[in-house]
Amino acid sequence: MSAAAQGTSKAAHGDVAPKKKKGPGALATAYLVIYNVVMTAGWLVIAVGLVRAYVARGSYHGLYYSIEKPLKFFQTGALLEILHCAVGIVPSSVVLTGFQVLSRVFLTWAVTHSVREVQSEDSVLLFVTAWTVTEIIRYSFYTFSLLNHLPYLIKWARYTFFILLYPMGVTGELLTIYAALPYVQKTGLYSVTLPNKYNFSFDYYTFLILIMISYIPRKSIGRLHFPLQKSAIRKTGYTG
Amino acid sequence: KVRSNIHNVKSVFVFIYSDPRWYPARQSLTLDPKGKFLRDEEILQSLPVGTTATMYFKDLGPQLGWTTVFFAENIGPLLIYLLFYFRVPYIYSDRCAFTSSPHKVVTMACVCHTFHYLKRLIETIFVHRFSHGSMPLRTIVKNCLYYWGFSAWLAYYINHPLYTPPSYGEVQVHYAMVIFAICEMGNFSIHLSLSHLRGDRSRGRRFPVPSKNPFTWLFFFVSCPNHTYEVGTWVSFSIMTQCLPVAVFTVLGFIQMTVWAKGKHRAYVREFKDYPAVRVAIIPLIL
Repeated sequence: MSAAAQGTSKAAHGDVAPKKKKGPGALATAYLVIYNVVMTAGWLVIAVGLVRAYVARGSYHGLYYSIEKPLKFFQTGALLEILHCAVGIVPSSVVLTGFQVLSRVFLTWAVTHSVREVQSEDSVLLFVTAWTVTEIIRYSFYTFSLLNHLPYLIKWARYTFFILLYPMGVTGELLTIYAALPYVQKTGLYSVTLPNKYNFSFDYYTFLILIMISYIPRKSIGRLHFPLQKSAIRKTGYTG
Repeated sequence: KVRSNIHNVKSVFVFIYSDPRWYPARQSLTLDPKGKFLRDEEILQSLPVGTTATMYFKDLGPQLGWTTVFFAENIGPLLIYLLFYFRVPYIYSDRCAFTSSPHKVVTMACVCHTFHYLKRLIETIFVHRFSHGSMPLRTIVKNCLYYWGFSAWLAYYINHPLYTPPSYGEVQVHYAMVIFAICEMGNFSIHLSLSHLRGDRSRGRRFPVPSKNPFTWLFFFVSCPNHTYEVGTWVSFSIMTQCLPVAVFTVLGFIQMTVWAKGKHRAYVREFKDYPAVRVAIIPLIL
């Protein structure tokens, strides 16, 4: 393929006029408020489910099963957020949001759901707990922001809890993928070998290892996101 | 009549700041800090300023000319594919090193692939007339990773000891090769035509039109037949090798080329009031 010869240095940094940030209209805002309230409620259901199951059983073990369905439902529902960005009612990057949501959905379905043996691992509880607390705070943050009435407590919680929750979630996720590896290798899950009619192969085991390695650059960038945002907010004096 | 332009300003800039690092291609001059950069050809007299003008400088980072870029992007796939074809050690298992595949189609695929990239290299040197521009280093690295990576990925499977030849055998391969050859000739004809258009500035700016060469008759229907033929090349190569990675590469290429073709088409329609209405961007009557 030949790139169209684009004329003078056009491919360089986009020297475009600053994009006017269009806020969502009234209808879109109403929809988003409903969406965020529903999500907050959903993750609260998961949180309550976890606590009740712990109290009932008296141990941390196997709590995944008690919240498996709402977890799958509400985490998968987050795919809508990609649509929100694409349509423009949320001023975030489609690519960034896409990566985040797909990463979560991947872990929920392609690892935890697909490899039954890891479902009783404690690492699953670790990331589920991290996700639950994070999402409850995040969705209530968005709800209040949309209603232009953000209590300082929520904003504080979001940026502060992140410091603990982010590494907690990453650790849980990595340990879970690691735990899944031997079973994937043994059963050849989601893998295609040669020879075949379409001359293609895919080794899910190697793919998972590559995913684990990709956590290093991906999560380091993510780890910096909030502290950077926080200092930017502090500098500009924006109080939301 | 004074005809100084932005390029002159950039050259003076280098002279004044005595810094050869900031060669003109790397400079971005704008009249407004957030405005669009000024093109090198813009005549100073025509700028919307008074007797003095304030310009804002931005360093675009290291730039490479188009010829260098195209060369780098195309030499990689050419050589990388050959490494796989000759089964250089450490790619496949040791006992397969330097062996050759028993299937004729594998050799034909190598010939086609190599021909395709040789043709592109030759066109880069002798045919294409690039406008006075360049590309930042980071984009080139990204592009090279893409082209080189994909050629390694598809070469791996085609030249694999466990490669399975196409389901319909010789018939499939031969038909695909014919289409491949037609598309390559078509693509070359279009590049020649575009190159002549660019060289022939005496008649002012014109859009490309069909000529006596039948391959250029695709201009009746599309604005960018070079991209149309290129898609055809890769589709035929996918059929010839019946290899999924090649198909994936074809689809991605098709998407990218459609984006380019649509942009070019829009530019043509905007610039030429008499642009043929029946033409679309890349797929006749459809896209």
